[in-house]
Amino acid sequence: MPTVAPLDLDGHCVAAVFLNDVPFFAMADGSVHRLDHGHKTCHANDGLLCAARDPAADRLVTGGEDGKVFAVTADGEATELASAGRKWISTIAAGPQGAVAYGSGRSAYVRFGDGKVKEFSHPRSVEGVAFAPKGMRIGVARYNGATLHFPAADSRPVELEWAGAHTGITFSPDGNFLVTSMQENALHGWKLADGKHMRMSGYPAKVKSMSWSAKGRWLASSGAPAAIVWPFQAKDGPMGKAPLELGTRGNTMVTCVACHPGEDVAAIGYEDGMVIAARFADAKEVLLRRPGKGAITAMAWDANGRRVAFGSAEGDCGIVDLAG
Amino acid sequence: MSEAQTQIPVTVLTGYLGSGKTTLLNRILSENHGRRYAVIVNEFGEIGIDNDLIVESDEEIYEMNNGCVCCTVRGDLIRVVEGLMRRPGRFDAIVIETTGLADPVPVAQTFFMDDDVRSRTRLDAVVALVDAKHLPLRLKDSREAEDQIAFADVVVLNKTDLVTPEELRAVEATVRAINPAATIHRTTRAGLPLSDVLDRGAFDLKRALENDPHFLEAQDEHDHDHDHDHECGPDCDHEHHHHHDHEHHDHAHPSAIHDVTVQSVSLRGGEMDPKKFFPWIEKVTQLEGPNILRLKGILAFKGDDERYVVQGVHMIIEGDHQRAWRDGEKRESRLVFIGRKLDAERLRNSFEACQTATAH
Repeated sequence: MPTVAPLDLDGHCVAAVFLNDVPFFAMADGSVHRLDHGHKTCHANDGLLCAARDPAADRLVTGGEDGKVFAVTADGEATELASAGRKWISTIAAGPQGAVAYGSGRSAYVRFGDGKVKEFSHPRSVEGVAFAPKGMRIGVARYNGATLHFPAADSRPVELEWAGAHTGITFSPDGNFLVTSMQENALHGWKLADGKHMRMSGYPAKVKSMSWSAKGRWLASSGAPAAIVWPFQAKDGPMGKAPLELGTRGNTMVTCVACHPGEDVAAIGYEDGMVIAARFADAKEVLLRRPGKGAITAMAWDANGRRVAFGSAEGDCGIVDLAG
Repeated sequence: MSEAQTQIPVTVLTGYLGSGKTTLLNRILSENHGRRYAVIVNEFGEIGIDNDLIVESDEEIYEMNNGCVCCTVRGDLIRVVEGLMRRPGRFDAIVIETTGLADPVPVAQTFFMDDDVRSRTRLDAVVALVDAKHLPLRLKDSREAEDQIAFADVVVLNKTDLVTPEELRAVEATVRAINPAATIHRTTRAGLPLSDVLDRGAFDLKRALENDPHFLEAQDEHDHDHDHDHECGPDCDHEHHHHHDHEHHDHAHPSAIHDVTVQSVSLRGGEMDPKKFFPWIEKVTQLEGPNILRLKGILAFKGDDERYVVQGVHMIIEGDHQRAWRDGEKRESRLVFIGRKLDAERLRNSFEACQTATAH
C-alpha cells in the first residue's frame, strides 16, 4: 500500500522536484522547502512564478516577479543567477552545461554556464521556453507559433507557424517533435524533420501540464476529466490515432501529470487534490493520495520511481511512497 | 465556498495620455481607503510610488482561433492575473491601466472568455478618463478615444477647469451621444470619491442596472439638443430624473455630433415573449457581434415576476433574473445597443416583434 507523508505549507506550490533524492517544494511566495532529515527552508525569488529542475547540475532554477533567476542546489543553497529588469520572469527551463533559458516580456534569454547572457527579442511576448534534448537549442512558445534559436551559434532562428496563442512548450525526449499548449484548449505539435503539423484538440480546459513518458513513447497531458496520453511511437506522432484516457473521473479535472522515470505509468493529480498512478498498458489505477485542500499543481517522481512528491494550489504538499 | 466570495474585483482604467489616469491611479495607490490594490500597467511611467504590486506587462492582444474576429483577449493579463492569484492574500482588488491607444474590448473579454481568469476574478467596471479640453481633438484623430467612451461604465470628465461652461456642456453632450448608459462625473485633477470608480459592480447582473437609475432613462436626443435642467457639481452622478413624458423615438444618432462614429440604439417595449426574445438576441449578437461594443437591458417577460437583466460585449451575452418587479413599477422592457453600423430600424422592428401579443 502506498503511504503518504504530508507536508503542509502555505500558498501555491509551483514546483515539486527531487534533488539528490531529497524532495523540494518551491512555493509562490518564493520559499523553497525540502525534507532532508527534517523540514528545512530557503528563500529564492520575491514572488516565484516558474521553476524547473536542472538534471545536469541537479539543482532547481526559478524565475519570478522580481525579474530574477535563482538556482537552488541540493544542499538548499539559493543563489541569484541573473536579473532581467522589472518585468516578471514567467517561464524558465534548464539545458546542457549549466545553461538556463528564461522569458520576460518580449525577450527570451539564455544564460550560459559561464554566466554570459544572450537575449533573443521577439515581436510578441515569450510565453514559454524549453531546451531541446540534444545540443544548444531552445524553443520559444509565442503568439502564432514557436521559434527555435541556436544560442551557441549565430544562425538564424527557425520559425514554426500555427495561428493562435501558444503558451507552453516541450520537446520530445528524442528531439523529433515539438509540442506547444495553446490558449484555446489544445496542443499543437510539429515534426521537426519536415515541419508536419499535429493537432491535438478536444480538451474541455487549458492544458497546463505535459509530461513525456520514459523513452518519449507517450505524452501525457492535463486539461480533461482524464489524463490524455498521446502515442508518439510512430514516425508521424499521434496523427490519426486516439489518445489513451486514463483515470477518468466524472466530477473533477486532471490538473497535473508526471510520467514514471522507467515504466509506462503516470502519476495523475486532480483538481480536488487526489493523486493516482495509472498504467498505460491496461489502464490499471492505484490510489496514491485521497482528495485534499487544493488542486494538484506540481508532481515529480524520484530517480528510482518509488516516490512521488506532490504540491497543491493550497499548499497541502507531501510525498507518496509507493512501497509503503 | 461560493465563487462570489473568492472572486477579486477588477477595474479597468482607460483614457488618453494626459487625461488624468496616472493622477487617479496615484490616488488609488496612496489614499487611505483600507483596501489594497494590485495594479497592472503597460509602463511604470509616472507612477511615483514604489509598490511590489505594480506589475509591468506588455499588452498582448490574442485573437482566439475560433474564426470570430471580435473574440480577442489580452494574453498578458491572463498570465499576470494567474500569477497574482497564486498569492491572493496580498491584495483586495486589481486595477488595470491601459495605454491611451488601447482597445478596451480585449481587456474586458479576457474576463469572460478565459475560464481561469473568470473563475478567480470578476470585471467590476470600465472607467474612461476624458480630458474635457482635448476630447474634440482626440475624437478627430482617433477611433480609440471614442471606443473607450463607448465601452465605459463610468466616464470621468476631467480637467473641467480648463474649459468654459459652454464647452463643457458640448463635451458632455458628445460623451452622452457616444454612450447614453454610462455614469458621467465632472472633475478637476481626477478629484472624485474613489467609490465612484471602484467597486461599482457594473458587470454584475444583479447590481449593474440597479445602482444606475440613469440607465436608459435619458437615452434620447434631448441630451445634445439642450442642457439638463440644472448645473451639475463635480460630485453629481446625474442620478436625477429627467422629466420628459414625451414619446421616445428610438433612433440612432451617429452623425449628430461631429467626428462620432459610434451610435447607440435604445429600444423600449412592453412585456416580451421569452420564446421569441432569446432566439432574437442570440441571432442579433451572432450576426451583429462585431459591431456591438456593449449592450445592456432590462426585460419584462410575460408571466415572470422578476426583472430579467442582460448585458453583452460583442458576441458575448449574459443574462439573469435580477429581482422581483416592485409594486407599481411599470413592467416594460428596455435595451440599449452601443456600437457601429447598427440598423436601428431593423433592431427596433425585430425587438418589438418579440413582445407578447397582448402588449400591443
